[in-house]
Amino acid sequence: MIAKRLGGAVSSGSYQRVSTLDQALAALASGCTILAGGTDYYPARVGRALDDELVDITALAELRGIAEEETHWRIGATTTWSELIATDLPPLFDGVRLAAREVGGMQIQNAGTLGGNLCNASPAADGVPPLLALDADVELCASSGSRRRLPLAEFVVGNRRTARAPDELLTAILVPKPQGRASGHFLKLGARRYLVISIVMVGTLLDLDTSGHVLRAGVAVGASAATARRLGGLEAAMIGRKADASLADLVREEHLEPLSPIDDVRGSAAYRRDAALTLIRRSLATLGSRT
Amino acid sequence: MNLQRPEAPAVRFILNGKLSTSHMPGHTRLADVLRDEFGFTGVKIGCNAGDCGACTILLDGKQICACLTPLGQAAGKVVVTVEGLMAHGTLTRVQRAFQKHGAAQCGICTPGMLMAAVELLGHREHPTESETLDALGGVLCRCTGYRKIVEAVLDAASEVNLPALPEAGAAVGARVPKVDGIAKITGAEVFGADGIPKDALWLRAIRSPHARARFTIGDLADFRARHPRIERIIVASDIPFNGFGIYPDLKDQPVLADGEVRYRGEAVLALVGTRDAVEAVREAELPIHYEPEEPVTGIDAAMRAGRAVQAARPDNLLISGKVRRGDVEQAVASAVAVAEGVFDTSFVEHAYIEPEAGWARRVGDRIEVHATTQAPAMDLEEVANVLRIARDQVRIVPTACGGGFGGKLDVSVQPLLALAAWVTGRPVAWVYTRPESMMASTKRHPARVIVRFACDASGRLLTAESDALFDTGAYASWGPTVANRVPVHATGPYAVPNVRTTGRAYFTNAPPAGAFRGFGVPQAAIAHEAMMDSLADELAIDRLEFRRINALRVGDVTATGQRLEASAGLVACLDALAPRWQAACREVAAFNQRAQGALRRGVGIGCMWYGIGNTSMSNPSTMRVGIDRNGAVTFYNGAVDIGQGSNTILSQILADAIGIPISRIRLVMGDTDRTADAGKTSASRQTFVSGRAAEAAGLSLRAAILRFANAGEEARIEIGEGRILVEEAGHRREIDLGMLEPDANGDVVRGEGRFDPPTTPLDGDGQGIPYATYAFAAQMAVVEVDMDLGTTRVLSILAAHDVGRAINPVQVEGQIQGGIAQGLGLALMEEYLPGRTENLHDYLIPTIGDVPPIEVLMIEEREPLGPSGAKGVGEPGLVPTAPAILGAIHHATGVRPVFVPVTPDRLRAAIRERRGA
Ligand SMILES: Cc1cc2nc3c(=O)[nH]c(=O)nc-3n(C[C@H](O)[C@H](O)[C@H](O)COP(=O)(O)OP(=O)(O)OC[C@H]3O[C@@H](n4cnc5c(N)ncnc54)[C@H](O)[C@@H]3O)c2cc1C
Ligand code: FES
Ligand code: FES
Repeated sequence: MIAKRLGGAVSSGSYQRVSTLDQALAALASGCTILAGGTDYYPARVGRALDDELVDITALAELRGIAEEETHWRIGATTTWSELIATDLPPLFDGVRLAAREVGGMQIQNAGTLGGNLCNASPAADGVPPLLALDADVELCASSGSRRRLPLAEFVVGNRRTARAPDELLTAILVPKPQGRASGHFLKLGARRYLVISIVMVGTLLDLDTSGHVLRAGVAVGASAATARRLGGLEAAMIGRKADASLADLVREEHLEPLSPIDDVRGSAAYRRDAALTLIRRSLATLGSRT
Repeated sequence: MNLQRPEAPAVRFILNGKLSTSHMPGHTRLADVLRDEFGFTGVKIGCNAGDCGACTILLDGKQICACLTPLGQAAGKVVVTVEGLMAHGTLTRVQRAFQKHGAAQCGICTPGMLMAAVELLGHREHPTESETLDALGGVLCRCTGYRKIVEAVLDAASEVNLPALPEAGAAVGARVPKVDGIAKITGAEVFGADGIPKDALWLRAIRSPHARARFTIGDLADFRARHPRIERIIVASDIPFNGFGIYPDLKDQPVLADGEVRYRGEAVLALVGTRDAVEAVREAELPIHYEPEEPVTGIDAAMRAGRAVQAARPDNLLISGKVRRGDVEQAVASAVAVAEGVFDTSFVEHAYIEPEAGWARRVGDRIEVHATTQAPAMDLEEVANVLRIARDQVRIVPTACGGGFGGKLDVSVQPLLALAAWVTGRPVAWVYTRPESMMASTKRHPARVIVRFACDASGRLLTAESDALFDTGAYASWGPTVANRVPVHATGPYAVPNVRTTGRAYFTNAPPAGAFRGFGVPQAAIAHEAMMDSLADELAIDRLEFRRINALRVGDVTATGQRLEASAGLVACLDALAPRWQAACREVAAFNQRAQGALRRGVGIGCMWYGIGNTSMSNPSTMRVGIDRNGAVTFYNGAVDIGQGSNTILSQILADAIGIPISRIRLVMGDTDRTADAGKTSASRQTFVSGRAAEAAGLSLRAAILRFANAGEEARIEIGEGRILVEEAGHRREIDLGMLEPDANGDVVRGEGRFDPPTTPLDGDGQGIPYATYAFAAQMAVVEVDMDLGTTRVLSILAAHDVGRAINPVQVEGQIQGGIAQGLGLALMEEYLPGRTENLHDYLIPTIGDVPPIEVLMIEEREPLGPSGAKGVGEPGLVPTAPAILGAIHHATGVRPVFVPVTPDRLRAAIRERRGA
């Protein structure tokens, strides 16, 4: 009524901003769509009426922030990129934090959430490769009381498709603690400096023993298949190696086998493979020589 | 529809220092709430998708996009918009710094830039440049090239004082801050979407998803019944004259398509109703039945005979133009070096941050259109023509224009708004969405330029051949202008005795290609500058020196047979660059020698010339000025300031011509009821043409005053309250303005000036005087290429421009820097693909992090015809940039780019191919 009088952009949908997890789950169960930072939601609705029934989860304190627990780190789903950048975290998170700095511009980093990035499941989501490299899990809750944990690689199943059931809320991202000294890295390739969708991006992780040999390696590539992919062959080849810049020399074209890039406005498939090789080598050289 | 939906709960927050309550639904975009409910229209909407940052505000001190934020998330928080910055009624330091440095041109991005800067300055009193770039990286600016914005933010920590306005007679040449600048930094400026009456109906166009199709519109009765608050549905047959276009004899573009669509995004039907009613319509509800047909895509398909885009043009040829001089074949035979090449460019989108917007109302028997535009007088004719009413029944009131660059020369919202307001009798508004703006509006012509240049052993050019083919899209728009301008310029700014150049424009099923900063010349320059590099390299002559040998000088004759009588400053531009060029060449060589990794550097140079004003066509401007009984001086200025600064520059010229301080001048801009036709803001003509007219108007006012006072030319004029003092050799005379009879404007003393640059028609061989004067420029770019990724980073640009006279150095620098940013985009990233890059995240324009430091060297070779010797500078900034960058890429990599934009994948492929070879 009032909106009509004002001549404003009005909508037929509904909106509630809940303050408890139970309310959020109940709203979900009744068919509502989740709204977090809105940075993926609104751009998909330019010039369209906002007619969804929305439940805004950004007021839920328990979904926010990063905590260290016994076996893992817990990143609340509505933690924003800016909050991630501002939190004091071990080098394990360097890759995710580098990714955070490259998401959109600061406005997007201040509003966009990690949970939203994963649930939106764009092939170009910058959060996915570095979190994949960390072996992250996601935690999903439903109003039925179910709470399950799923490897990120099983959660993101396709281009904008996830394994989330319609009544499930992604509550947290769980990052296992490394065995040794671990650090992560991330490189993004775009055609301009800010506000750019990745042509290809690479998240890497090295977990080293006390003598500087690789206990575990993580290498994930985004925007080169419907979902970001781990390069298992390459990861295996690094195990037991002494970490230094020469790790980059292990990278072979065959290691890209899990990728299936496409041609689009941002680049050709051939270019993506070629650039992915370069980015992986650079990232491993950086990580290897840093340790 | 859910009619039982409970009333949205109130949302309370502190808005610009005041406890405020909104009653709009919680998921309403905060930007809409702030603009529509609270009237804070300083929150700009450029995309509604997070891509442009124009809507940036502070939420609890953090910058966010108000277009992506649900109202509900503001609950209990502190919201600050640009209007909230002046809490104590005075400009903040960062606002003053923006005004001082000329950081706002059109001003549409300025509120967002300011808010991002305020967040930064809130926690870093002395930010570094890289912190500044990071903080402002989410706001796009299409006008300034960002450098003055960065300067302003870095300066904001100091006690910024605005320079005092110049005294009488000292305005020309001074760094006068924009006369309309304060409104732009406070959020007060009223752009196309900002002044819409609350009771306006809204218009929404339904556009074709197909590039080419026949269509029928079925029975709309059902649709009408379901949407009672849609008051009108307008289709082609409702339009009195369904055609528009730039040329009086070429009104080939329908306002609404009539049974056939010729490009994706062409409007087929218009809905008029309440805003929520038109927005709620899903396109699928409308019974529009398309029968798609195979579109004609690209120049090759267009040239292949057989399928016409417009039935009246079976060969798809819109127009061809040519220039012929000397005997090319004979001269080539005697040449020592010959270079040739084929260069392709893409559709480029203007990407002004303000989408097309405006509103119209019927006032008795007249129609009034308030819209963002570059050409009010042309809008007036177009509206009168479409409505089939008399010209004096139409009033166009230009709003502030949030960027144009040629794209707001063609009408957009004007004809349909006028028609809708005419038939409903209600005010009607229309604001394009970003995808709509990109789909519907004109583009830079994609070109294929086929060139061959030859020179003798000393490096003197003997021949220039250039055949430029343009994809002009579905309708004529400015295609003829491009096809005529390019052959004249296709030699480049060089003396060439034997010339054969052509320009041809072909229709395709693509968006109409129209006017875009440079009218085809930037595309042609890519080709001629590559030829200069190739010939120089072949003869082992330094690339700058090679250009210097051939540069057009005063006394030289151009390809059209025009003798340059004055103001041909290319040699001076090159000389200004020379020491820096040599140093850069050495530095680049040293860097590459040391380089171990993938980075290689290169330096390149680009030159250009540009004819100011229309090609061989009359393009007059008339300016008026009056003084009323109180002594107020009103400048009736029909030239639209689209951010380039004509309001300020013309006021400077006028003030000095009258002999009064610029602070005395009040502006009326563009209103067709109150100003004379100044011609359109295009072809870099307003400073030169309207500037001369303003000078003449000022001189005529001055003469009138002196006549009254019976004083001689040297007398000093001082305008006071209700009187004018005239002082000459110690004698003071006073004119009592109250005694004089006012005219309809209330003015008692008047001045008028008109200028039409002298040109002659071109004959069948393109011989004649197409332009009264030319701007010249040379730019140099240093780039760094990542050979393994194919990415290019421009490290610096040095630009030397012969502007005749810099009336306002700040504005001149701003025009050049802004042009350079667009040239950089043209070279490296911009490619409009219908259906694929119709928004600002898939269509990339340079961000603040992509534009390198730019240094501008102003060369002032006075043009006797221009006001105080000035020429134009609006377009020249863009023309040499892409050639300089491409030359630098070649220098760095050995690859000569033949397709722009040189995106990373294209460059990498070329590097691999070269290595493989
Ligand atoms: C200008 C711009 C630039 C951008 N740049 C980048 C970039 O560089 N890299 C990048 O990766 N992304 C980028 N993005 C995309 C976006 O900002 C991120 O993906 C962001 O992290 C999304 O988070 P959000 O909270 O805003 O999601 P929302 O828009 O709130 O939600 C996104 C989707 O996820 C669902 N959802 C959100 N949270 C949950 C949850 N906890 N449980 C279940 N479902 C949920 C929502 O229902 C919705 O479908 C950009 C966006 C814009 C507008
Ligand atoms: S309008 Fe909000 S970012 Fe463009
Ligand atoms: S001044 Fe920045 S967009 Fe015009």
